[in-house]
Amino acid sequence: MSVLASLGGMPSAFLIYLGQVGGLMIETFQSVFAGRIRVRLTLEQISHIGFGSQLVVIVTGAFTGAVFTAQTFFQFANLNMESAVGPVVSVAMCRELGPVLAGLMVAGRVGAAMSAELGTMKVTQQIDALRALAVNPVDYLVVPRALAMMISLPLLVAECIFFGILAGWFVATQVLGVGSAYYMLNMYKFTEAEDIMMGIIKGFVFAIIIVFISCREGLHAREGAVGVGRATTEAVVIGSLSVLIGNFFLTMALNIFFPAGTN
Amino acid sequence: MNTRPANAKLLLDVEDLVQRIGGQEILRGFSIRVYAGETLVLLGKSGGGKSVFLRHLIGLMRPVSGRITFEGTDITFLSERQLEPVRRKIGMVFQDGALFDSMSVAENVAFPLRERGERDDAVIQKKIHEALALVNMTGHEHKMPVNLSGGMRKRVALARAIVSPPDVILYDEPTAGLDPIVSDSINKLIRRLQRQLAVTSIVVTHDMASCFHIADRVALLHEGKVYFYGTPEELRTTTDPVIRSFVDGRSDEVE
Repeated sequence: MSVLASLGGMPSAFLIYLGQVGGLMIETFQSVFAGRIRVRLTLEQISHIGFGSQLVVIVTGAFTGAVFTAQTFFQFANLNMESAVGPVVSVAMCRELGPVLAGLMVAGRVGAAMSAELGTMKVTQQIDALRALAVNPVDYLVVPRALAMMISLPLLVAECIFFGILAGWFVATQVLGVGSAYYMLNMYKFTEAEDIMMGIIKGFVFAIIIVFISCREGLHAREGAVGVGRATTEAVVIGSLSVLIGNFFLTMALNIFFPAGTN
Repeated sequence: MNTRPANAKLLLDVEDLVQRIGGQEILRGFSIRVYAGETLVLLGKSGGGKSVFLRHLIGLMRPVSGRITFEGTDITFLSERQLEPVRRKIGMVFQDGALFDSMSVAENVAFPLRERGERDDAVIQKKIHEALALVNMTGHEHKMPVNLSGGMRKRVALARAIVSPPDVILYDEPTAGLDPIVSDSINKLIRRLQRQLAVTSIVVTHDMASCFHIADRVALLHEGKVYFYGTPEELRTTTDPVIRSFVDGRSDEVE
């Protein structure tokens, strides 16, 4: 009975969670459109989220690009298709690997920090102190973080893509001996502006997913240090899974607007 | 001091407040009136709902039922944004201060000023200095909250609450966990603020010394309701066993 009851509670718990994240998002956008934007705090967050995440995202992008190039080369070399490695790597980096990897790294690095910071503020009554001082916590805490994420993550995705492709080129031409001219030519030929657009759009959507899940977790933290720990874990786990699951649906949806391999 | 003038203005009117937390009824029809300029001390056992009551007054919690009227307006179920003007008039000093730990003492005190649109740094500096002087915290401007003792944190929180002077200040256990000397300085400070800024104060405490020092009116919260309401003198002379055991600090346990 209790198992059935808890199973029955699952969809409603999920809907409540979705409602909380969505509600926070709507409230945030209302504040943004009403002009309740704190420029200084937003710039601070951009520096923290965007500027501070660059190294992680570059290293992730570069080494994934490198290893993906190597594996693709090993397989394609059997078919004498070495020169096709370039477009495979670049399109994959643009459409999937760049946005997903940058998204996952940021969900880990930034999502954890955000939920821990807001969660600590919540359990030490600092959020209540804000409210008591007639400052809306969404305006003061969530709006700057959301704006910073929506600006930073698409740029980080672009950076991840660039360094992934660069590392791929380096491995293919300097290590594995593919001709640089062939590699570049094929890459240009089969990589469209749409592929890059798709990556950037995904970055923007992932920014929204990550920031509102992390902020929801932080703002709902309870029961002291344990609660903050739980909120942080959930922010990273739910944020990362949502990026991966969201990525599949985004790929399907965006493929309607930017169909792959049309030329 | 203890007789209220006939023309005293009713500031806060709380009627039949009911609140449940985790299936337990914390407030069961709590009613009280607070008049402008007076200091009301709310006594009661730990965990009895005193702080919970205080949080209702600025909408940090919503009651299950009941009504709260501030300056003639029903504020019980106002939205967060509608509550902002009310919150600018009612300051709150949290139990452990609730200072923003990412900001220095001076930034904490400056926070309400900046948020209310003050841009002139000279004015802000002057007001920070005045507020910190009032709570005897001059010279600690650049310290971070983690480096302050409990009593210092409370005093900075008080400075933050009064830097842009409110009409009402709510104190949540202002002397709990402090040594008697710091407690006394906080009591004197509450008294002085009442005289200098003519603020109305509501103080939640279970510190009897503090109560007799600062109260104009005393209420005792017992089992979710106001069990006693009167002057400190009446509290001192009552023979009611429930009140006596609280005032004299006696429990029913046998040794």
